[in-house]
Amino acid sequence: MNIELILFGAFALLTLLSAGLVIFARSPINSAMALVSTFFFLAGIYVLLWAHTVAVVQVLVYAGAIMVLFLFVIMLLNLGESPTRGRPTLARLAGGAATVGLLAVLVITLLKLPQTTGGVPVEAQATFGTMASLGQVIFTQWLFPFEAVSLLLLVAMVGAVVVAKSRI
Amino acid sequence: MVPITYYLLLAAALFCMGMFGVLVRRNALVVFMCVELMLNAANLTFLSFARMRGDSIGHVSAFFVIAVAAAEAAIGLAIVIAVFRSRGSVLVEDIRTMKH
Repeated sequence: MNIELILFGAFALLTLLSAGLVIFARSPINSAMALVSTFFFLAGIYVLLWAHTVAVVQVLVYAGAIMVLFLFVIMLLNLGESPTRGRPTLARLAGGAATVGLLAVLVITLLKLPQTTGGVPVEAQATFGTMASLGQVIFTQWLFPFEAVSLLLLVAMVGAVVVAKSRI
Repeated sequence: MVPITYYLLLAAALFCMGMFGVLVRRNALVVFMCVELMLNAANLTFLSFARMRGDSIGHVSAFFVIAVAAAEAAIGLAIVIAVFRSRGSVLVEDIRTMKH
């Protein structure tokens, strides 16, 4: 029982608990708060995967910017709690059945994954996952997709303003 | 060392929880949050395979997923605001104009 396994177990358990709270919380505010904690615990798991840079971006962009946007919209719409506790309709039962089926298929597939390295990750280089090595890859090999994503963000920003404003 | 399969199983569980929320919740905002859960499960899968193979392409993909999630949140919340302004509700069951 090494420390990495203990940390992974703790983070995984907390992530799943927070995700369950996102789904089953009654008011959207509670869902948003649970989603913030889910992102924090996922950032911990990313650090265990040696993805430090992605973990930092996760906390800054996801838990910071995107969740502030969510909370702002919830406050703006001033929503209360859901009036009725959802009754099990046919569509919901079908949704639950589809989810269980997908989970079963995914688990069976993952357990049959070819264990090339015995399921244990290879020893990566010391620069793996650092900001310097990622910047090198992004700005040489992936420069065009990076610029395309910046254009996508610009289009999304302009589109959001056009859709949300009340009158031209 | 934690086996990569554990990370992949966690990602599968997280994705299924997000899918369950998208299918059963009525509030459009909570549906968007569950879509974010599914995107995070995809990110976790990318990073697990990047760690297993020891290359950085998975990290770059995770960056792109986060950027697309930001764009999706901006557009989706703008649509929610516009729908709430014209109908006074964000419940997905109340928005069925295109069903008829």
